[in-house]
Amino acid sequence: MSFEKFLFYMFAVILLGAAVMVVTRRNPVHSALFLVLVFFNMAGIWLLAEAEFLAIALVLVYVGAVMVLFLFVIMMLDIDLATVRAGFVRHLPLGMLVGALMFMEMALVLGPRHFGLAKYTAPEPAPADYNNTAELGLSLFSQHLYALEVAAVILLVAMIAAISLTLRKRPQTKRQNVTEQHAVKKKDRLKIVTMAAEEKG
Amino acid sequence: MISLSEYLILGALLFVISVAGIFINRKNLIVLLMCIELMLLAVNINFVAFSHFLGDVTGQVFVFFILTVAAAEAAIGLAILIVLFRNRRTIDVDDLDSMRG
Repeated sequence: MSFEKFLFYMFAVILLGAAVMVVTRRNPVHSALFLVLVFFNMAGIWLLAEAEFLAIALVLVYVGAVMVLFLFVIMMLDIDLATVRAGFVRHLPLGMLVGALMFMEMALVLGPRHFGLAKYTAPEPAPADYNNTAELGLSLFSQHLYALEVAAVILLVAMIAAISLTLRKRPQTKRQNVTEQHAVKKKDRLKIVTMAAEEKG
Repeated sequence: MISLSEYLILGALLFVISVAGIFINRKNLIVLLMCIELMLLAVNINFVAFSHFLGDVTGQVFVFFILTVAAAEAAIGLAILIVLFRNRRTIDVDDLDSMRG
């Protein structure tokens, strides 16, 4: 077994074990941390498949941003762990049955008979001066430029949607309204009372 | 050498684990969102593997867009989750039946 293959199987075993832990842990914080482990190992496998830019992007975007977002939300919510687990055992046989069926069907198609090394020979390793990022950027900004712009709009819409969904006005909080303060007139604040002069007593 | 079928079987296993996770975690919306992330990752490994074996960088471009959409989906999903928790004080999927769906 070559070193490359050893690395692949090590990453794959840790990845699948961590994925099982994600779906079976009681505490959602543990699930999120195991999901981080899944992403790290998947990045290793993508490095083996010579997708260097995507491997780093996976670590930066997912581990750095999305998982931190998940952890923030988990800690903002006050979840009752006892009720969260109810029904776990009841749904377990159905989930495993459906999973086993799906895996058997997919394994029949995806096995070595149709996608083995005999059908798809392993490509030569890329030369030392091959630049995956440059190649990907060239394709992104020439052939797929419209798709890239649509993706940018999707991110903008997601940002606006997330902010407008979670923004709320709290009437009980006291805060300055600067425009109202600037627009104030003399008659709003000052009251002149006419009264008779009083004698010095 | 690593064959294409090994990558595909790994993707299939990861997908199956996340499908089973959606079945067994009916009470916890956060873990359901994590299972969806796992599913998208299982799809992405197929794109990366085919891109490697066919020598075409377009597969990696697709993975790039899937990552974009998945990040947007996670952000909006978590925002909906927060609004839901504010109004109902629960993240149980079975309680979300006010529209009788």
